Amino acid sequence: MTDKKVIVYSTPTCPFCTMAKKFLEDNNIEFEDFDVSADRTKIEEIIRKSGQMAVPVLDIDGEIIVGFDKERIRKALGL
Amino acid sequence: MFDLIIVGAGPAGITASVYAARKKMDFLVITKDIGGQAAWSGHIENYTGYQFITGAELASKFEEHMRKYGIKLKENEQVIELRRKDDGVWTKTDKGSYEAKTVVIASGKRSRELGVPGEKEFKNRGLTYCATCDGPLFSEKDVAVIGGGNSALDAALQLIKIAKHIYLINITSAIGGDPIMREKVSESKKVTILNSTQVTAVLGDKMVSGIKIRRQQREETLPVQGVFVEIGLIANSEFAKELEKNELGEIKVNCRNETNIPGIFAAGDVTEVPEKQIIVAAGEGAKAALSAFRYLAQHK
Repeated sequence: MTDKKVIVYSTPTCPFCTMAKKFLEDNNIEFEDFDVSADRTKIEEIIRKSGQMAVPVLDIDGEIIVGFDKERIRKALGL
Repeated sequence: MFDLIIVGAGPAGITASVYAARKKMDFLVITKDIGGQAAWSGHIENYTGYQFITGAELASKFEEHMRKYGIKLKENEQVIELRRKDDGVWTKTDKGSYEAKTVVIASGKRSRELGVPGEKEFKNRGLTYCATCDGPLFSEKDVAVIGGGNSALDAALQLIKIAKHIYLINITSAIGGDPIMREKVSESKKVTILNSTQVTAVLGDKMVSGIKIRRQQREETLPVQGVFVEIGLIANSEFAKELEKNELGEIKVNCRNETNIPGIFAAGDVTEVPEKQIIVAAGEGAKAALSAFRYLAQHK
């Protein structure tokens, strides 16, 4: 469990998005999930936050992680 | 010194590790990621036992199966050198070095790069190698798909539903791939096919704003906001310099997965095995691990 605020930006077709969300679920981390294919303002948001145009993007208490980088996610969450 | 090092954890490497664990070998798996290309696959309908499964799900089942045995695993670690040493094999990674009596190389393939200026700078800034992942980010944008085979056609078909216009940039004189896909792409008013056309640079400021192309000896700029590189795959075999490979960089193996160096075995897409299929790679991984086991028994 963590009290950090976790946001995931994803698309339904992206395998690494699915894996990232499964990883969070397996570790009992609650998160908010935005499907950027359904909401274009969220695309602007990930570009603003990450300077990049790729999913998944994880926002863990302000720390931005692009891609399913398990090691960085673990570190950011203190797992 | 380990009995065995397995390089890679895609279908071949994971299956090899399951077999090695069941033979109670003392082994280490070194891998950049888990699932390999299988994890990237959208829908899989030809892996026996599953009439339909996504790549991500199958990869996660593979991982679960492998971890059941409590194996030694170095994830996020990349092998940069591997060679014969005395009676075993020595390998260097970006984080350390290891020795083993045998090795199974199952490092698979990765997307081939264009090798033009701007490609590295704009990766994930409008340029992507995974249309399945990032395609939906380009809704109502003009995009270019680079390539002329099935993966390029697949990307174009996915993007027809999303992007405003798609330029299919093909270096040869005609598009290849499956006729069914080719017809669908040619019929779409949203797609412009540019044959005999080469990409010479990716342009932009913070994000991609265009590509430079050369056709009929002339260079021109094509304004696009997205670039999808789909020009095939390349074998992850550079680190094994002593091994015999074919012209594609695929490691040569015999039907027992033996390479030209005793004690070094290879399996899956990194080898010249004729069919690059998940189920074939898994079977090859099993064979390679069993060959390594037999080799150890004979060389005690």
